[in-house]
Amino acid sequence: MSTVKTTTANQLQFANRKERSPWGDAWRALLKNRLAVASGIFIIILIFIAVFAKYIAPYPYDKGNLVDNYALPGPKYLLGADFLGRDILSRTIYGAQVSLAVGFVGAFVSLLIGMTYGLISGYSSTRVDNLMMRFVDFLYAMPILIFVILLQVYFKAVARTGVGGPFLQTLVAIDNKMGGMFFIFIAIGMLNWLGMARIMRGQVLSLKRKEFIEAARSIGASDMRIIFRHLFPNALGPCIVAETLAIPGYISTEAFLSFLGLGVNAPRPSWGIMISEGYVGLRSYPHLLLAPAVALTLTILAFNFLGDGLRDAFDPRLRGQ
Amino acid sequence: MAKYIIRRLLWGIPVLFFVTLVVFILVRFLPGGPFDFAGEKQLPPSVVKNLEAKYHLNDPLWKQFVDYLWNVVRGDLGPSFRYRNRTVNDIIAEGLPVSAQLGMLAMLIAIGIGIPLGIIAALRQNTIVDYLATFFAIVGVSIPAIVMGPLLIWIFALKLQWFPVSRWGAQPPYFLGFLPKPDITFWRHAILPAFTLGTGLSASIARLTRASLLQVIREDYIRTARAKGLAERLVIFRHALKNSMIPVVTILGPMFAAVLTGTFVVEQIFAIPGLGKHFVTSIGNRDYPIILGTTLLYGVAIVIANLLVDIVYAWLDPRIRFD
Repeated sequence: MSTVKTTTANQLQFANRKERSPWGDAWRALLKNRLAVASGIFIIILIFIAVFAKYIAPYPYDKGNLVDNYALPGPKYLLGADFLGRDILSRTIYGAQVSLAVGFVGAFVSLLIGMTYGLISGYSSTRVDNLMMRFVDFLYAMPILIFVILLQVYFKAVARTGVGGPFLQTLVAIDNKMGGMFFIFIAIGMLNWLGMARIMRGQVLSLKRKEFIEAARSIGASDMRIIFRHLFPNALGPCIVAETLAIPGYISTEAFLSFLGLGVNAPRPSWGIMISEGYVGLRSYPHLLLAPAVALTLTILAFNFLGDGLRDAFDPRLRGQ
Repeated sequence: MAKYIIRRLLWGIPVLFFVTLVVFILVRFLPGGPFDFAGEKQLPPSVVKNLEAKYHLNDPLWKQFVDYLWNVVRGDLGPSFRYRNRTVNDIIAEGLPVSAQLGMLAMLIAIGIGIPLGIIAALRQNTIVDYLATFFAIVGVSIPAIVMGPLLIWIFALKLQWFPVSRWGAQPPYFLGFLPKPDITFWRHAILPAFTLGTGLSASIARLTRASLLQVIREDYIRTARAKGLAERLVIFRHALKNSMIPVVTILGPMFAAVLTGTFVVEQIFAIPGLGKHFVTSIGNRDYPIILGTTLLYGVAIVIANLLVDIVYAWLDPRIRFD
């Protein structure tokens, strides 16, 4: 009697079981990771703060009251004011715009270039693939951050003196409109698409020999269909994981460049600039540093936790442990 | 092996050439020439013309490039704008030993803390020790040097007053050209900046060591070693550790680059008169010859370091010589 019952229950369960996709599995595994979930929520809140900075910040980021310079935290300025009497809380809130923009645009640019390049390379004939990958190897050996610093010096000099052709001046104008972020986007995109191209190529190489691709080809699917319907969605997971783990690097690169005076243009606040302005007065006014330093560290930490969580969630070998 | 080394070294030539070419192009197209100003006053045009003739700035570009290359090969990086009677070479000779001392200490800290921490975490996997080590490693990776530096100064120099706030504790002449006299003044000045630079790197080394060792101790040959009754200590130290270090070696190249660029901010924060500080100051001063000479030096150093790492890697793991 009981045996019959169990069988029925099992059959019922089997019939009712929902279809499980790899993405769904990864999502469920991610939700179990409490640090990753908390980091995700932190990042979402940060995005809201950055988008609605205008309404949240109590003061404008660029106007200060010289009477209040170096004001200590108090009822008027919750986190104090900087050397020009500008509210630190407001500047930190606006600073989130730069860090997040650099993180997300950097990720987007590097995904776009890297995935396209890797896809073409992996899907092409061995000769083309070899050629394209030797080019990546060549660039990989370059001290790219050093080039980025040089290029930033160059762009800043061009912007300052107004020399150069119409093309260069258009770029400078775009950069000015964006408060000096445009060249940082270019620099970070340049720095980071190489790794993405390698990952994507590896994915495509291993996927294109799988049976399901062969099956698609045998029923007459076009190259375009195979690429976009079969290769791309399956290769996306590892690329997104790698990209999330790269975002902290973009954010600290921006902070690093801004600290050196090669980042966004004043008066736009970036956490890197605020730290470079603040550490000079560390002895007397440590509160200048506190907010941007904490914000920068927490943001990088959150992206690291989220990236680690995503990596574990997408790795089936770690699942169920 | 010899064939592989030669192949790698030959590969380095076009890379180095390209680095020099990029730097040279940016030298020539940066606005402003080396003789635009003398102090605050502008030089008369006739003087500028003579100076330009003296420095061959009116030669065709290709000739200038060849000359520049030739000068660089002979080790002459040109004059400085800002420091009138000093060359870029003088400035490098003065700053490089200090930066090298700082960088080597940071790398020692990174390896000396990172590898043991990674090993302990891996051997005690899924215990509280592992969780703590992993947590500290991820926090360590996440604190950038521009936050770590002021934080360490504030705690250990200003509040506890254990260490000086800034400056460097060694002076020339150096032993072998760069090794300082290891007295108390040197250590007191060096500890905070070296930790600022080294902590983040030690965290990434710890994470890599842990992941790699965990993978290696699941290999069959480790099971074999255990099966034949070897002591656990021998299994780990003689069999597992050596192979688990292979991925760690690959990070040494990027780590060298990170230490190099890290010195820019750390020397700025601690007011250390090294090359990184000169580099940052020259950006502010628009002292283009220094910017370009030092970036060329840094670029070449990174390329050579990557080459060396590749060779060490091939020596540790014979499989990769054959691709």
